[in-house]
Amino acid sequence: MSGTHRKAIGVETIGMTMRFGAFTALDDVSIKVPAGSFHALLGENGAGKSTLVKCMMGFYHPTSGEMLVGGREVAITSPRDASALGLGMVYQHFTLVPSLTGAENLVIAREKVPGVIDWRKERGALAAFISRMPFKLPLDVKVAELAAGEKQKLEIVKQLYLGRHFLVLDEPTSVLTPGEAQEVLGLVRAMTKAGDLTVLMISHKFHEVTAFADDITVLRKGRLTGTGKVSEVPHRQMAAMMIGDQPIAALDSRAEPKPDAEIVLKVSALKAPDRTGLKSIDIAGLDVRSGEIVGIAGISGNGQKEFLEVLAGQRARDQGEVMVRGAAYAATRAEARALNVRLIPEEPLKNACAPRMTVAENIAFRTFDIDGNGKPVSWISAGAIRSFSARLVEQFKVKTASLSSPIASLSGGNVQRAVLARELTGEVDLLIVSNPCFGLDFSAVAEIRARIMRARNAGAAVLLISEDLDELLELSDRILVMSDGALVYETPIGEANVQTIGEHMAGHH
Amino acid sequence: MDATDIGLWGVPLAMLGGAIRVSTPFIFVSLGEAITERSGRINLGLEGTLVFGAMSAYAVAVMTGSPWPGLLAAAVAGLCFGLFHGWICKFPKVNDIAIGIAMMLFGTGLGFFFGKPFIQPSAPDLPAIPFGAWSDIPQVQAALNVNVLFLIGAALAVFLWWAFRNTRVGLIVRVVGDSADAARAMGLNPNTVRLLATGAGGALAGIGGAYLSLYYPGSWTERISSGQGLMAVALVIFARWNPLGCFAAALLFGGAGALGPALQSVGVTQGYYLFYAAPYILTLIIMIATSSPSRTLAGAPGELSITK
Repeated sequence: MSGTHRKAIGVETIGMTMRFGAFTALDDVSIKVPAGSFHALLGENGAGKSTLVKCMMGFYHPTSGEMLVGGREVAITSPRDASALGLGMVYQHFTLVPSLTGAENLVIAREKVPGVIDWRKERGALAAFISRMPFKLPLDVKVAELAAGEKQKLEIVKQLYLGRHFLVLDEPTSVLTPGEAQEVLGLVRAMTKAGDLTVLMISHKFHEVTAFADDITVLRKGRLTGTGKVSEVPHRQMAAMMIGDQPIAALDSRAEPKPDAEIVLKVSALKAPDRTGLKSIDIAGLDVRSGEIVGIAGISGNGQKEFLEVLAGQRARDQGEVMVRGAAYAATRAEARALNVRLIPEEPLKNACAPRMTVAENIAFRTFDIDGNGKPVSWISAGAIRSFSARLVEQFKVKTASLSSPIASLSGGNVQRAVLARELTGEVDLLIVSNPCFGLDFSAVAEIRARIMRARNAGAAVLLISEDLDELLELSDRILVMSDGALVYETPIGEANVQTIGEHMAGHH
Repeated sequence: MDATDIGLWGVPLAMLGGAIRVSTPFIFVSLGEAITERSGRINLGLEGTLVFGAMSAYAVAVMTGSPWPGLLAAAVAGLCFGLFHGWICKFPKVNDIAIGIAMMLFGTGLGFFFGKPFIQPSAPDLPAIPFGAWSDIPQVQAALNVNVLFLIGAALAVFLWWAFRNTRVGLIVRVVGDSADAARAMGLNPNTVRLLATGAGGALAGIGGAYLSLYYPGSWTERISSGQGLMAVALVIFARWNPLGCFAAALLFGGAGALGPALQSVGVTQGYYLFYAAPYILTLIIMIATSSPSRTLAGAPGELSITK
């Protein structure tokens, strides 16, 4: 209370409760974020983190509960009220307008914009504003052309430009490289220390929370399950507060890799256009052997998606070869079946399912038209589809109301379990996986990773494309880095170093 | 095909004049469509707006004896059509393309219905400025006889190009067209912005229609538009949603449209009908050349239903 010149705002909620009909999303949650502090909000998907934050920002009207801003009770009934009080939010998905430049984005976001914009004057004012910020940003470039880290910085700068001094950051580093994450959070941390800013960060990365936050609050199923100083709560306890006492699948121990195992997937001199058509991806060579997981790291948008699409047969290639067990592979259904190639693309509901078809039908996509001996059938048996799917649903613990529910009605984790059930049943020689755990909760993540490891130990060659470096470090035998459409770096897991990998991801080599 | 052998300089000159003459409706419709599409919506109904605009301009000009009230009537009619399209599209799960096709048929049908009594009488023309008066050659004079609406269209293209970057309204339209979420986060209502943008686009298309009936070809018939409103939509994509590009593309389309009459005027008697089809063939070629199965369209507004 001594620093009268301080701009940071302290915010408190008292007994926040939010009910949607009979469902209580938030149950009597009180948190206290003092001015100039860096507070972390932890919790699983659906724990009520975003409900709490949306109540604070005026998007929802809480059923009961109060808000204190700067120690005074306030009524926030709309996002406009929140911004008038200096509260701002940076969303997980960028809300910048991609085709506008940084400067245009900042100016148009203001409350009052003149009818005709005098760009010379505005540029001068923006330059003066940016020079007071610890962030250095190009403002005359279209936002679409900025790197993810720069976009994230611009989002934060925008909030500060709009005069907001209490910021909610929603998983701010989920799209950043480790280096970018360190930089952005470091700068934000410095601003909170200087008393310019108060931060409430939603996160699930313990190491970030430990490195940057002062205090934590943990939510589970809408209730506050723990709070305290970061320095006093060990990671294990944080995890326990988050997930309660549900069992977590343990990862199988890694079977010894055989360096001379058969090469299952061989990609050579592959070239294909990327989705803009302006650049191309260029994979000089990649081998994946039986019984190993090869991880491909990279920031989204560096060609991993296109590479996966080529391997999945969704994108034409200009040149190059893809061989599976020595046979040319063009991802036709017949080839995939003959060579036991299985695919788990990212966003499985969108890319691996027919959302409105039933769970049973989706699970049977690979097998509905063949009989027990692998011969094509002329009459498809609904009974066989059901009994096959019932067995897999049981085995992979897919939680579904019934086999004939549309698969779109399942939760993300259960859709992924159903897809895994389909792809991992039968013999698997090559498994291609992309971001398998994106947006899933702890127990689903642990189980899915365990299944992938089990497939590897059973002798499958696994190509794992992921934006989550922690996931790659946990599962891979070798890690390759993809940057600007090419594989630029390779390291065996024993020598993998997050710093080096991050530098290659950012293209600094 | 023999035109090049004859090598008459009259062909390029007639094409220049034709380009200026034929392109004007393209300019107005494509600028209008550019505004609408920049706000994130497609209005395919502009073909109908064009026809109805042509009819209402002609009818009002006949009744008042002056082309200007006709022009105003066409703009107002276009505005109403645009607002109607925008209003229907604000309802959830309504597809703007389907509504556009319905509006196209509605506009042409309504135009024919009300236009029947005006096929016979003749209306006063919109004025043109004789920039070719310095020359004795009648072809030069004909080619450089430029209608005021062409000049207004050219100025409008430059103005829109400037306004999209330098005015609040321009930026708001771009924000809404590129990211409705970002617009909502700023407290803008995308539906309102799109309603007004579609209305403005309709008004411009109506003016394009007035040009058709009041200057070139200069009479009201039921075949007056022959798909120009639809071609203008293709043209906006070709122009990458840039108003200056729209202007240039409209000239190109106009030049292609003038190819047939130009060849005919220098005495080519065989096969010139094929060249009458030049704008349609050009539309097809452009659509094929600018689309690709493996990449997304550069510069497309992110909220457009065809690029989403």
